[in-house]
Amino acid sequence: MNEFSKAVAVAFQLVLGLDHQLIEIVSLSLQISVLAVIIAAFIGLPLGAAIALFRFPGRMAIVVFFNAFMGLPPVVVGLITYLLLSRSGTLGTLGLLFTPTAMIIAQVILVTPIIAALTRQLIEDLWIEYEDQLRSLGAGPGRAITALLWDGRFSLTTAILAGFGRASAEVGAVMIVGGNIDHVTRVMTTAIALEVSKGDLALALGLGIVLLTLSVSVNGAAFLINETARRRQS
Amino acid sequence: MTPNSIFVVTLCILLCLATPAKLEAGERFITLASTTSTQNSGLYDHILPQFTKLSGIQVRVVAVGTGQAIKLARNGDTDVLLVHHKPSEEKFVADGYGVERLDVMYNDFVLVGPKSDPANTGSGSDVVAGFKMIANSNAPFASRGDNSGTHKRERSLWQAAGFKLNSLSGSWYRETGSSMGATLNIASAMRAYALTDRGTWLKFANKGELMVLIEGDERLRNPYGVIIVNPIKHPHVKIKDGQFFADWLVSKAGQKAIAEYRVEGKPAFFPNAATQVEE
Amino acid sequence: MVSTSILPLQLDNVSFEVRGVRLIKDMSLSFPAGPRTAIIGPNGAGKSLFLRLCHGLLKPTSGVISWATTEDLNPSDAQAMVFQRPVMLRRSVAANIDYALKLRRIERSERIHRIDQVLGRAGLHRLKSQPARTLSFGEQQKLALARAWALKPQILFLDEPTASLDPAATHAVEEIIDAIHAEGAHIILTTHDLGQARRLSDEVIFLHRGRMLERTPSPEFFTQPRNDLAQAFVRGELLWWNLGKDNRKNKLKQSN
Repeated sequence: MNEFSKAVAVAFQLVLGLDHQLIEIVSLSLQISVLAVIIAAFIGLPLGAAIALFRFPGRMAIVVFFNAFMGLPPVVVGLITYLLLSRSGTLGTLGLLFTPTAMIIAQVILVTPIIAALTRQLIEDLWIEYEDQLRSLGAGPGRAITALLWDGRFSLTTAILAGFGRASAEVGAVMIVGGNIDHVTRVMTTAIALEVSKGDLALALGLGIVLLTLSVSVNGAAFLINETARRRQS
Repeated sequence: MTPNSIFVVTLCILLCLATPAKLEAGERFITLASTTSTQNSGLYDHILPQFTKLSGIQVRVVAVGTGQAIKLARNGDTDVLLVHHKPSEEKFVADGYGVERLDVMYNDFVLVGPKSDPANTGSGSDVVAGFKMIANSNAPFASRGDNSGTHKRERSLWQAAGFKLNSLSGSWYRETGSSMGATLNIASAMRAYALTDRGTWLKFANKGELMVLIEGDERLRNPYGVIIVNPIKHPHVKIKDGQFFADWLVSKAGQKAIAEYRVEGKPAFFPNAATQVEE
Repeated sequence: MVSTSILPLQLDNVSFEVRGVRLIKDMSLSFPAGPRTAIIGPNGAGKSLFLRLCHGLLKPTSGVISWATTEDLNPSDAQAMVFQRPVMLRRSVAANIDYALKLRRIERSERIHRIDQVLGRAGLHRLKSQPARTLSFGEQQKLALARAWALKPQILFLDEPTASLDPAATHAVEEIIDAIHAEGAHIILTTHDLGQARRLSDEVIFLHRGRMLERTPSPEFFTQPRNDLAQAFVRGELLWWNLGKDNRKNKLKQSN
């Protein structure tokens, strides 16, 4: 309990003191996770919607695959990305390892299945309601997917937030491909892991509280915007 | 404002927020694969700014276990390697992955354990005898278990004490499979014995009931060497800047910087470069 | 008026099965341009399935559904359908119509013109920029009709268009249907409301268990249906048809 109250004090100190290093770490965390989620959304939303609409052999397998990959361990994703980006790997010549770009790539791999799987579920339900009308109006699959994604935007926000939660909370993948290099690839979660390994549990927990606050604010803001828009629409 | 435009505006704000303004700045840098213990000791925060000021070269430290650090360097993912397991380092050079190994510094390992010392190890400075006592009393021992330099040293000590490595398991011998700090956290919580490097130990903030029980044994000496990754294996390696860094480490200035670093008033590393290159 | 007509719609021996159960059986008939057709019959007769087959939302298991061949008009571009529950997209009233028109690749100036026109005629003009989902159920159904109207269909399918509406809304919807018909669209509607069938149709098709039992001009059907089941239905007595044939005959005798 003592450790915990120390941690709260540390968290307040960090935030109120506008600690320069903290700001650097927080903004890098946000940049990486937000960008990763935006890219993952551009892949996952149409992909999930396409799986919802099309019937093809092996569809069940793909649905199961994406559902299972929602729980993919970040360390495994980190390892796969490392093997790809390592100088001895397929994409080694790009020299991306231990850069923020590498961290974004790893998080895109981590988050895309989550967004795709949740989108598939949501769009499948929406398609039941819309199918006859959209087909009657003459919408082909492409137009139908666009309309469904737009009409499902309020529910889909939840899918995207789930992806953001995953991206901003994971440590395994960014640790391996980012390397937790000070001022370059150190983000909230790897900084926490570092402080734990130094035995500075109060500082680690303090950073954890800052991360949690950040996550709550992002989700809260998204929820408010979403609800306001939704109320006006129906 | 219509709901749709709220949506679009939100998306724009997010995009702006995510614009990687300074993600890939064009700085001059080298990447150094090193160990968590060195990083956690705080040494790099002390010496690297001095080197960067002198050379204009940033050193990006990727701190992992010695085993993983060597693997990274082997794959050509870093320019320089600074670890502490001489046999593996010499093999790395012999295999052609490194140019040469230079002695940089040493510190030592210490055996830490609970103040109550249930295995009664605290009487001497003979670490092998201490290991035997721990095993015989079945007192808990927390091992890194991660193939790091510290772990490799610990295993060779067990061997010296006459224990077969794969028979070391069960209720008292626990492999954490994690970094030095994490292992010390576990040892602190379990009131277990552990082998740690002195640098990490001095900086470690969560000591709890733990204290140093055995130190000073010659077999606990922990040498660090620097190796530049061989450009013949990996042509992209920044050989010039890497060489500059290695030369600086073993130069008078570098050795002085290492010697000056103190944790709580005590030196954490002792420079021991064989040939001190003049600047 | 319509230079290239996709009518008549021709059905030859059309059947439709789901998991081996035949829900539409051997339907052969033709719809020429012009009259309004009401399809009536008890629940489960296959009325909605029949509309969906004609409209192309379902593919027949056997048999052929064909439209008159035209020079450059795709038959699906000359049809529209309104469903029992209106499906409104999450956008404004005008944008709902605009979306449908865009799918038919109609030019912007023409889209604006048509949206204004049909919203005015359907009495929805003041709601033009309101989100469609905030409309009342009756207004939504009017909008669904306006959306179909804007497409200028040659044939309009209506699946129980007033099933869940109050009399005032029903009246408004029926007026719109009449107006669409007056512009030359063939109307095929299913309904449970015999009064509506009488008001809105020139001919009646009576469906029962997936079969067409009767097709008669409306005035004749409502005074003297030829089929005995249709007779019973018109009198509102088919509720117990499934009790068995003998039973039914007895009841029929009693009611006579």
